[in-house]
Amino acid sequence: MTESVRDKVIAIIAEQAVLEPGDVTPEASLADLGIDSLGLVESIFAIEEAFDIQIPFNANAPDQSEFDISSVASIIAAVEGLVAAQKSV
Amino acid sequence: MRRVVITGQGTINALGHDVPSTLAAMREGRCGIADLDLRDVDRLSIRIGAQVKGYDAEALFNRQQIALYDRFTQFTLIAARQALDGAGLIFAGELSARSGVVLGTAGGGVNTWDENYRTVYEEGKNRVHPFVVPKLMNNAAASHVSMEWNLKGPSFSVATACASSNHAMGLAFQLIRSGIADVMVTGGSEAMLSFGGIKAWEGLRVMSKDACRPFSANRNGMVQGEGAAVFVFEDFEHARKRGAEILAEVVGFAMTSDAADIVMPSKQGAARTIAGALKDARLNPSDVAYINAHGTGTAANDKVECAAVADAFGHHADDLMISSTKSMHGHLIGGTGAVELLACIMALRDGVIAPTIGYEEPDPECALDVVPNVAREARVEACLSNAFAFGGFNAVLALRRAP
Repeated sequence: MTESVRDKVIAIIAEQAVLEPGDVTPEASLADLGIDSLGLVESIFAIEEAFDIQIPFNANAPDQSEFDISSVASIIAAVEGLVAAQKSV
Repeated sequence: MRRVVITGQGTINALGHDVPSTLAAMREGRCGIADLDLRDVDRLSIRIGAQVKGYDAEALFNRQQIALYDRFTQFTLIAARQALDGAGLIFAGELSARSGVVLGTAGGGVNTWDENYRTVYEEGKNRVHPFVVPKLMNNAAASHVSMEWNLKGPSFSVATACASSNHAMGLAFQLIRSGIADVMVTGGSEAMLSFGGIKAWEGLRVMSKDACRPFSANRNGMVQGEGAAVFVFEDFEHARKRGAEILAEVVGFAMTSDAADIVMPSKQGAARTIAGALKDARLNPSDVAYINAHGTGTAANDKVECAAVADAFGHHADDLMISSTKSMHGHLIGGTGAVELLACIMALRDGVIAPTIGYEEPDPECALDVVPNVAREARVEACLSNAFAFGGFNAVLALRRAP
C-alpha cells in the first residue's frame, strides 16, 4: 500500500515537472524540480483527486501549513499519513 | 495628434482559422452557421451557431497551457500570433514599455464557468481545479498576450457586451493617438458556445432557430458565433520608419451611452455615435462608402440601426453600402467588432464589400443598400464599423485606406 502511495505521488510530481518518475528523487524540493507556485497547487489538487483526501495547505503560508512540502519525501510521508488517517475513520 | 495605423491582423472564427481563409469565405458569401456540436445540445431549444470547427487545441498548445487557457484565451492567442507575426515587431526595452494590449470579451471564460458549475452542482464534487479563477477571468486573454510578447505598457480588458471589441480597439486607438503608447495589440474574443452560454441567451427569446438574416423582412433573431480577431495598432511614424506594411488607418472613434434601456437600442444613441465617429475622424458623410453594420438580425436592432444611419448620413445614406457579416460568422458578442473589422480592412484594401447573406425579403424599415447575398467590388476610401451593445453602450470606429 505504502509503495503505491509513493509511486503515485512521484508520478504526479513527475508529470507536473515534465520529468521521468526516475528523475524525481526523494530529497528534491518541488522548486528543485522546476515546479512553480501554480504547479504546486496543481500538484496538490492532483494528489487530492488521486487519493480522495483533503490536504491542509494554504498557498499564503506554505511553510506554516500542516502539510510539509519541503521535499518529495516529506510530501509522500504526509500523503501516507492522510491516507492512513482516512482509512482508520 | 499622432496618426494610428494597423500593421497586423489575425483571426480564428467559424469562417476560417486565419485571415486569408476568413476573407475568402466573406468574398464567397459562405455561411459558418451550422448545427451545434456540444454537450447536452438536446436540452437546448436553440441548436445552431457559428462554431470554430476542425479545432485541435493540442496541436497548438502544450498540456500546461491548455490547463491554464480557456477556449476564449486560446482563440485570442492564435489570432495574436498571426497578427504579431505579420507586424514583425520585437518588443524589448523602450518599445516594450510603450506597448500594451487591450482586448474585448463579454463573457471571458464561459466554458470554464460552465464546466466547473457542472463539477460542483451536477456531479456534486467538492473540489475544483486550482486554475479555475485564472482561466475564467475576463482579463486572462489580454494577460497571456502581454506575457507571450513582453508588452509592458497599458493593458486591460473591456466588457461592454456586444460593443466590447469596438470599445477595446477605440481605446487602443486613443492611447496611441494621444501619445501614451506606441503599439497596442487589440481586438477581442468570445467562446460562449457552451450549454450554459446558449441556455442563457435562449431565455431572452431573441435567438433564431434557423438562420441569421440581417435586414431581411423575415429575419427572426440572432445566431451566436465564437472566435477571436486581434490587430496590431501602431503609431504611423513608428510604422513608417521601420517600413512596415500598413493595412489601414484608424482615423476616428466615438462612444456614447443611451442612458435609456437595458436591452432596446436607441436610434438617437446610435446616430449620435455615428456622427461622433465622423467628426472625430474629420470625415464628411460623403467620404464613407461602406459601413460594417452591427446588424444582429433581430427585429429591433436592424430597423433602429438603419434609421440611425439615415439620420446621421442624410441623403448620402442611399449611396453607401452597409452589410452585416454576422450572417456568416455569427454574433461573437464581445469579440464581434474585431472579426467585423477584418471586413472593413478588406473593403479598404482589396475593394471587396462582404455581403449580408441570408437576405430574402426587402424590409421597408431597412431600405438601405445592404449588399444582399453577393460580395461586391467597390473602391472605398473610408468606412465605419458599428457596435451597439445591450445596456445602451455604443462604439463606432472610422477607418481609412492606408496612407
